[in-house]
Amino acid sequence: MTVETNEVPEGGRTVTADGAFSGDAVHTTSLRGAFGDYVTRVRSGDMGSLPAVSGLIVLMIIFSVANDTFLGKINMANLVTQAGPICVLAMGLVLVLLLGEIDLSAGVAGSTGAMTAGLLMVDHGQSWPVATLAALAVGAVIGLAIGLLVARLGIPSFVVTLAFFLGLQGVLLYFIGQGGSVRFNDPMLRGLAIKNIDPMVGWIGAAAIVAVFALLSLRTYRVQVTRGLQHPPVSLVALRIGMIAAILFGLVGFMNQNRGRIPSFPIEGVPRMLLVVVALLIFWTFVLTRTRYGRHLYAVGGNAEAARRAGINVFRIRTSAFIACSAMAAISGILLAANTGGISPGSGGGNTLLYAVGAAVIGGTSLFGGKGRAVDAVIGGLVIATVNNGLGLLNNASWINYVVTGGVLLLAASVDAISRRRRSAAGV
Amino acid sequence: MTEPLLELRGVNKSFGVAHVLHDVDFAVYPGTVTALVGDNGAGKSTLTKIIAGIYTRDTGDYLFEGQEVNVHGPRDVSALGVDIVYQDLALCENLDIVQNMFLGREEKRGLLLDEVSMESRARETLASLSVRTVKSVRQSVASLSGGQRQTVAIAKAVLWNSKVVILDEPTAALGVAQTRQVLDLVRRLADRGLGVVLISHNMGDVFEVADRITALYLGRVAADVPVKEVTHSQVVELITAGRSGALGISENPATASV
Repeated sequence: MTVETNEVPEGGRTVTADGAFSGDAVHTTSLRGAFGDYVTRVRSGDMGSLPAVSGLIVLMIIFSVANDTFLGKINMANLVTQAGPICVLAMGLVLVLLLGEIDLSAGVAGSTGAMTAGLLMVDHGQSWPVATLAALAVGAVIGLAIGLLVARLGIPSFVVTLAFFLGLQGVLLYFIGQGGSVRFNDPMLRGLAIKNIDPMVGWIGAAAIVAVFALLSLRTYRVQVTRGLQHPPVSLVALRIGMIAAILFGLVGFMNQNRGRIPSFPIEGVPRMLLVVVALLIFWTFVLTRTRYGRHLYAVGGNAEAARRAGINVFRIRTSAFIACSAMAAISGILLAANTGGISPGSGGGNTLLYAVGAAVIGGTSLFGGKGRAVDAVIGGLVIATVNNGLGLLNNASWINYVVTGGVLLLAASVDAISRRRRSAAGV
Repeated sequence: MTEPLLELRGVNKSFGVAHVLHDVDFAVYPGTVTALVGDNGAGKSTLTKIIAGIYTRDTGDYLFEGQEVNVHGPRDVSALGVDIVYQDLALCENLDIVQNMFLGREEKRGLLLDEVSMESRARETLASLSVRTVKSVRQSVASLSGGQRQTVAIAKAVLWNSKVVILDEPTAALGVAQTRQVLDLVRRLADRGLGVVLISHNMGDVFEVADRITALYLGRVAADVPVKEVTHSQVVELITAGRSGALGISENPATASV
């Protein structure tokens, strides 16, 4: 392709930008060129979500061979509702991980929020919107406390959130009581896990998302070309749109088949929980990539000192990340409670959090900060849920489940550490 | 000579009993590269930090474009249009060139970042500095060499219309070719009318691009001379002994009363 000429008269001298950035052409020649760039990036350690996607495919194949019911319609719908809470919690954790921090209390904070919602509905007869808002508020307050302790006092987030992990379990135990549980049977909130979207609405929604995505990508592409900015080849833009369309329409088409066992009582449509996950995914992708706040999150995670010198309020960014993480945890807690139908003192404890951290890291979010996307959390959440679901179907003892999940987390962290080393060696 | 862009007059600074700057006069002229030289402990860093607003001065005046200004912190200084490029550069490796150049001052269109405008402006700035070594403005800073990073840090100062750019040892960690690029860039900055301060230990660099040399010796200005009027060995003497022939501090500064 030809490179656009930017004539910049400066100090009586005319300099052309094309000479300065002739390398841009390398990036924009063709789909093959773009693929070559991608291979180079992967080889130098910038793997993104490639390990997670390939891992997901391998796991799917293994489990579908090992068990006939795994790829069945009922189990797949089940998988979606199992993955939902993990994905949402992992998206919240990505915000904190971007700063190179950790939030060990997120799982329990989420259940504290869900418990608040449950108690408000059961004991005080509040409506579900009030209960949901209260859950979000409880999450935000917990996040604020953590954020202040970490950002203001400078206590390592590991210690602060470990303390909250223990303390909030005590709070859950106090309000719910040993061996007790809070019912979670509001038709709307419980419906997130057990009800489905009308098949027609599912199609329309998928078509709308694809249309908006296509429109926005093509518009960006056109502006980039006319202004002579760096842009991907048009075939890559089309490929991305095609992939989004294939995933969404494939999912809706699969889920819209009747999976009920009784002919007179069809169960069909995308589980409502998926709507929540997709909406949050779009929201956070937008915030992280298109807003000043998102840019500053990456900057603080990459080099806090540089961010401070650039005039970014590092303290506020740190605190807000913990607030957003705990609020996301509250949503995740509600989804988890909707799935199980109640909240017990042990909800959100155990390996809930490690699942979510594992999900974020498997998806390609770095534990060292500065690198990660919302979609990483969703892909990683699917991997974790698949492991969990598939091993459950194989009727193995639960100890295997723990060992395998722990192994997967360790593997993902190793991939992260190794790719980081390769990145700094290759300088990509 | 034209009026200095930035001028310090009679600056003194003590840390407890250590009197590190004695009546220092320092001036930066537009379109001129002023080299600030001196041995370790001569007071270069302290003087730089006073200019940057990080340290307060005990006595002395701070003038910008002939006007006395009150400087209470780094923000005041950058608001004047004085930019200091420190040795550690302060770039975010995980962000690309455009994102780094606009860090903290991102352009927005409504709620959204205006990537189109930012990328165009970053390109124009780099092109106007005849930067030809950067492959793409969208590559991450982690993939850049030391010289390219220095270039990005300097271009950032130009993008934000700084009038005075202070470079702290810009070539200290660079190879031959990269040093060449950065020195060319320093020269171009001055050609654009900016006041440039080059802090360096390397006499080769100083004699290549500087117009004036200010030599510090034990916290005093040993000499403030045009580069053409001194030789290489004279400057080395000024740095190491504080005087050289007719130039330099008349009394022995090591025994001078404080």
